Amino acid sequence: MSDTQEVDIIDQVVSQEYKYGFSTDIEMETAPMGLSEDIVRFISSKKNEPEWMLEWRLKAYRYWLTLEEPNWQNFDLKPINYQDIIYYAAPKEKIKLDSLDQVDPELLKTFEKLGISLSEQKRLSGVAVDAVFDSVSIATTFKDQLYEKGVIFCAISEALHEHPELVKKYIGSVVPYTDNYFSALNAAVFSDGSFVYIPKGVRCPMELSTYFRINAENTGQFERTLIIADDNSYVSYLEGCTAPMRDENQLHAAVVELIAMEKAEIKYSTVQNWYPGDKDGKGGIYNFVTKRGSCEGAHSKISWTQVETGSAITWKYPSCILKGDYSTGEFFSVAVTNNRQIADTGTKMIHIGKHTKSRIVSKGISAGKSHNSYRGLVKINKRAENARNHTQCDSMLIGDRSGAHTFPYIEINNKTAQVEHEASTSKIGEDQIFYCNQRGIGTEEAVGLIVNGFCKEVLNQLPMEFAVEAQKLLAVSLEGSVG
Amino acid sequence: MDYRPWSINKKKMLSINDLKAEIEGKKILNGLSLEVKAGEIHAIMGPNGAGKSTLSSVLAGRTEYEVTSGSVSYEGKNLLDMSPEDRAREGLFLAFQYPIEIPGVSTTNFLKTAVNEKRKYLGLDPMEATDFLKMMREKMDYVEMDKSLTSRSLNEGFSGGEKKRNEVFQMAMLEPKLCIMDETDSGLDIDALRLVSNGVNKLRNKDNAFLVITHYQRLLDYIVPDFVHVLYKGRIVKSGDKELAKELEAKGYDWIKQEVEANS
Repeated sequence: MSDTQEVDIIDQVVSQEYKYGFSTDIEMETAPMGLSEDIVRFISSKKNEPEWMLEWRLKAYRYWLTLEEPNWQNFDLKPINYQDIIYYAAPKEKIKLDSLDQVDPELLKTFEKLGISLSEQKRLSGVAVDAVFDSVSIATTFKDQLYEKGVIFCAISEALHEHPELVKKYIGSVVPYTDNYFSALNAAVFSDGSFVYIPKGVRCPMELSTYFRINAENTGQFERTLIIADDNSYVSYLEGCTAPMRDENQLHAAVVELIAMEKAEIKYSTVQNWYPGDKDGKGGIYNFVTKRGSCEGAHSKISWTQVETGSAITWKYPSCILKGDYSTGEFFSVAVTNNRQIADTGTKMIHIGKHTKSRIVSKGISAGKSHNSYRGLVKINKRAENARNHTQCDSMLIGDRSGAHTFPYIEINNKTAQVEHEASTSKIGEDQIFYCNQRGIGTEEAVGLIVNGFCKEVLNQLPMEFAVEAQKLLAVSLEGSVG
Repeated sequence: MDYRPWSINKKKMLSINDLKAEIEGKKILNGLSLEVKAGEIHAIMGPNGAGKSTLSSVLAGRTEYEVTSGSVSYEGKNLLDMSPEDRAREGLFLAFQYPIEIPGVSTTNFLKTAVNEKRKYLGLDPMEATDFLKMMREKMDYVEMDKSLTSRSLNEGFSGGEKKRNEVFQMAMLEPKLCIMDETDSGLDIDALRLVSNGVNKLRNKDNAFLVITHYQRLLDYIVPDFVHVLYKGRIVKSGDKELAKELEAKGYDWIKQEVEANS
């Protein structure tokens, strides 16, 4: 390869734009811009919701009006004008959820382009997908096969009609609308998201996944996901997300609630690749999400794995409330920030039951002029005898203009607790890169290799089908960060 | 000298001509010239600070060093124009004096990436996993490397001897044409030294060449050089055969320094 060719390639790589930045041109039905009780009613009526749901939304909305945006985070947040957001946007065509033939081919093409095939022939084997486009779920695959096992996997708007008793019982039970500013907002205006119920004693026969796509301009996405694993059941669920490149920041304020009953296990994985904004920090998604799981039953387990590479700002703390005795909470996280991206993420492990265990492995990688914070709380309640926690928190810096920060909080109210915290900060060394170069591995590949090695413990937690994708994603998000 | 039928009609591999290089304004190489042909082993010896490691760094393409004049031709191409990774893909290998640790990346994974990057450069398809593992097993025998080392993180927690054996193992896997060994013997006990040297001796053939940089004659008992060069103040001031190394071992470097000063 000649020198000029090489320079060209580096140029391409550095200026390579976000791969999923295209937008779909499709006729949309949208709510008028802005937020009011009328908008809340509009969304609720669009979904043809029962009265109690609307009441709940309105209560949440009125509560939200009394709140102020939080300001304890480790970054400056430009004030968001909530009247400049469209709270509902859906493709115009009326979609029959049971038949893919009814789905607009433009939408199928969009998901095809994102690597998510919804058509019968090309579906990922062993993975059922719910595809959410702006405010609505457009299709859910393998629904019938799952239903044979008693597994319910559908859009939450559909669950409200088909299984209202389950939704009513659990929605807001782990993340009440009073929890925080964004959870109140979400409860008022949430549009779609996935609903999962795994009955007693059932091991879900395939991976479940939801793919979130923001498409419309000036629109916020407020999805709500609710997963209930009944006694002795198991489910592994994965969400992926992308959005077009736009100059304006777009808000994504989701709520995810997990409930694990006795001896149940929920494994929840996220590969988050929202549009991160350009290299100067223009545009990008604000990813402000409340995710929490409750280990209700004894011996239950909830495990969060997240690979966060996208978004202008990622601000979330997937947490576990360990109520059941002998229950286990896990949090495995990789957060990569490049250019002007910001991440303030971590977890909360609340030990309530006896003999509860939690494990936290957080890997933060900061490149460019980005800032990456780990913020975590380990709380051992008074009655949580023999609780154990192990936290490992590693940061890697690439270049000398990025920042890594850690804010670990530990509250222990029971003297039988064993809590350990390990932390490290390292820098990708010129020496490591040169060593790779000397073996014929180019700099971009070398960074990918070194970063993947750094995150190996977390990546190993991902379902096989997605681990390889996540590895590639890590390398891609750091392209142009060295050299 | 042992008899090697290929020593006639040897191909020119590396020509260094009047090379000058500096780091942070400090001149280290001051007009170094050297010819290496395929099938040859050249030993580079010299006192501390003579420029031995700088020579290996410049040849491998470390950017901290600035080449201010002179030329290096490798297999007829201008080596100095190539990126470090292309030099490697073209068959230049540096066995590091201090091999680098890469946590979380196994030697297997690292080498698979390296081998396939080289193959891509040469227009070949990636190697089949089974072929790759077979090759690993074969080459591990060269340095009697323990299988468990290849699944551990690269060089992390390896002993000095394990690191150096791993370097020679990597060399075996990448099948380079020009191997530069930068003080591979430093920090090795006699058993490790023998293992490493045996590996190198198994690897040598009529098509490859070795540049062995060392302080001590002892390595050259095992890896027998065709030529020995003494580097001093950034230039080769004396060349000879393996007997020169023995002379240096016996007499030290002072007499060479005096000779150089007297002639200048």
